Amino acid sequence: MRIFLTTITAAISFFTLISIANSADHKFVPALVFDMGGKFDKSFNQAAYEGAEKFKKDSGINYKEFEVTAPTQREQAIRNMAKRGANVVIAMGFAQAAAVEKAAKEFPNTKFAIIDMVVDLPNVRSVVFREHEGSFLVGMAAAMASKSGKVGFIGGMDIPLIRNFAAGYVEGAKYANPNIEVFQNMTGTTPAAWNNPGKGAELAKSQFGRGADVVYAAAGGTGVGVYQAAVDEGKLAIGVDSNQNYLHPGTMLTSMLKRVDVAVYNAMKDAKDGNWSSGIISLGVAENGVGWALDQYNRKLISAEMEEKINQARKDIISGKIKVKGYQSN
Amino acid sequence: MATLLDKTQQSNRSSPKWITHIVVPLFNLFVALMIAGIVIYFNGDDPIEALLLLIKGAFGNDEFIGFTLYYTTNFIFTGLAVSIAFHCGLFNIGGEGQAYIGGLGVGLVAIYLGHLSPFFVIPLCILAAVIFGASWALIPAYLQAKRGSHIVITTIMFNFLAAAVMTYLMVEVLIEPGQQAPQSREFNNNSWLPFMHEIFNFFGIQISVSSLNFSFIIAIISSLLIWLFIWRTHWGYEIRTTGANQKAAIYAGISPSKNIILAMVISGGLAGMVGINEIIGVHHRLILDFPAGFGFVGIAVALMGRNHPLGIFFAALLFGALYQGGAELSFDIPNITRDTMVFIQGLVILFSGAMEFVFKPYIENIYFFIKNNLLRS
Repeated sequence: MRIFLTTITAAISFFTLISIANSADHKFVPALVFDMGGKFDKSFNQAAYEGAEKFKKDSGINYKEFEVTAPTQREQAIRNMAKRGANVVIAMGFAQAAAVEKAAKEFPNTKFAIIDMVVDLPNVRSVVFREHEGSFLVGMAAAMASKSGKVGFIGGMDIPLIRNFAAGYVEGAKYANPNIEVFQNMTGTTPAAWNNPGKGAELAKSQFGRGADVVYAAAGGTGVGVYQAAVDEGKLAIGVDSNQNYLHPGTMLTSMLKRVDVAVYNAMKDAKDGNWSSGIISLGVAENGVGWALDQYNRKLISAEMEEKINQARKDIISGKIKVKGYQSN
Repeated sequence: MATLLDKTQQSNRSSPKWITHIVVPLFNLFVALMIAGIVIYFNGDDPIEALLLLIKGAFGNDEFIGFTLYYTTNFIFTGLAVSIAFHCGLFNIGGEGQAYIGGLGVGLVAIYLGHLSPFFVIPLCILAAVIFGASWALIPAYLQAKRGSHIVITTIMFNFLAAAVMTYLMVEVLIEPGQQAPQSREFNNNSWLPFMHEIFNFFGIQISVSSLNFSFIIAIISSLLIWLFIWRTHWGYEIRTTGANQKAAIYAGISPSKNIILAMVISGGLAGMVGINEIIGVHHRLILDFPAGFGFVGIAVALMGRNHPLGIFFAALLFGALYQGGAELSFDIPNITRDTMVFIQGLVILFSGAMEFVFKPYIENIYFFIKNNLLRS
C-alpha cells in the first residue's frame, strides 16, 4: 500500500512538474479548425493536417485541433480555441469565413488565418490560392497527352471554387490545343460529393466512354475513384491538391499541387517567430503556391516537349504574358 | 434466462408505466454508454473522465447549456416531424430536405422583406418556414396517398432534390455579389430572432453568449400544440386510426389518403421550422448544408421519445447534449474525435431505437421478482 501511495505521489508530482515546465516553455499554442470534409479527406483538410504535423515535428509544439460536423460548430470551435488561449487559430475553407469574422472581432488580440477565403480584419491573415493558374498547367498537360483530342474534368461539389479549377483547366487545354474538347461533370450538390469515389469512377467511365483519355479530378476523396477508373480503363488521370502521382504510377499523368500544407505551416511558424502579417496572401504559380507535379512516378508519361512547353507557360504566367482568367473574373 | 423469458410470455402481466417509459430507456442508455466506455478504454483514454467531460461540456455552465438547448431545438422540430408521420404509419425520411427548403423560405422572406418591421417580418419568416417545408412534403404525400409510391423512397429522393435546388440557388442566384463563398448576404437585422442572452439581458439577467435563441420557445409551443393535435382533436384521432389500420379507418369513414397528406404536410412544416432556428436564429444568412443531419437524427429522436412530445423533448435533449458535450469532449481529449461521437450516437440509437425491447422482459422479471418475493414478505 505504501509503495502504491508513493508511486502515485511521485507520479502526481512528476506530472505537475511537467505541466509547469510546459506552461513555462510553450506559451505558444496554435490551433487548427478543419471543415466538414474532415481531417483525413486525402485532399484539402489533410494537407492542412500535414502542414500542422510538420510544424509540430520541427518546433516540438503541439497544436489544438477540431473537426467541424455542423455549420454552427464552426463559430463555436473558433471562439472556443481563442477562449482557451490559442495564439493563432487557422480555419480551413471558405465556409468558415463568417465564423472567423465574428471571432476575430471578439478576440482582437488573437491571430486568425483563413484558407481559401478573404476576411478583411486587422488580425486576420487570408490565404487564397490562384487554383486556375495551376489548373491551367495541368490542362496543358492533359491536352498534349490526349490522343483523342478529348479530355475531361470531374469536380466535387458544384461551388465557385471548383468552377475556378474547371475554368483554368479548360483555358490551359485550349491554350495547348485550340481544338480540344473538354467534358465537365460535377459529382454532386451536397458535401457528400467530396467523398464519393463510386460516383467519381462512374463519371470518369462515362467521360472515357465519350472518348476522353485524360481526366482531371478536383473532388477531394471522390478523386480516388476517378484514378482507379483510369487504371481500369488504361486511361490517364490528374490528381489535385496533394501530389497524388504515387497512387497509380503509369496512369497518373500529373497532379495539380495546391500547397495548403505550406500555408498552414507558415501561418503557425510566422505567429511563433513574430513574423506574423495580416491581410491577403494570394498564392499562384509565381509564389509556388500552386503548380504541377513531376517526379519519378510520372516521369515516363511526360515527354521532354511537354515539360518544356508547360514550364514555358509557367514562366509566361509569372511574367504576365499569359493571363489565366479563371471563373471569378468571367 | 430462457425460463425467465418463458414466464413473461406465459403470464400476461403488465408492468407499470414507469418501467416501460423511464427504467427501460435509461437502462438502454446505460448499456450504450457502457459499450462506448469500453471502446474508449481500449482506445487509450479514461472512460469515466470522458463521460464526466461529456456531461460537463453539455451542462457545465450557462454557455454550454445554451448550446445544448440550441441543438435540442433542432431535434425537437425534426423529432416531432418524424413522430407525426409515424402516427399515420408513414416513415418520413425527408426531414433533411424539408428543413433545407423550410430554411429557403425563411431566407427568401428575410432577404426580400427583411427591412420591414420585426413584428411583421418574423412571423412571416416562421410562416414561410412552415409553408415551404410543408409543400416539400406535399408531393411525396400526394404520390403516396393517390399513386401508392412508397413514401420512404420519394422522401429520400426529395432530400437530394432539395440539396440540388439549394446548391443551384446559392451558387447562381442568391450568392452575395462579388463573393466566392456560396452564401447569401447578411439579412437586415429586423429579421433576426432574438438570442436568449439578449432576451435575458433585456430583463436585466446576464447569461453567456450562445446560439440559443427564441426558436427554443417556438419548439416548446410546437410540442404542446402537437400533443393537443394528436390526442385532443378529431384530426389527430383520424391520423392515428389511419396509422393503426387503414382498412379499419375506411370502415369508420376516415379517408386514409386525406390523412396521409395531412400528416405529411404537418410533418414537413415542423421539419421546415429547423430553418427558423438556423437561418434567422443563428446564421442570419442563407448558407449551404445547414440541416447537417438534424433531419436524420430526428428519426432516432422520435423512436426514442416513443412518438410522444414529452419523450421527444427528453430524447432531443439527450442528442443535444451528445452533440454539444461531444464537441467539448473532443476539445479536451483530442484522441476522441468526431467519429467517436458518431459511434456513441450510433450506439445510443441502436440500443434505444432498434433494440429498445431487448432488455425489457428481463427488467420486468426483475421487477416482478422483487415485487412478488421480496416485498410480499
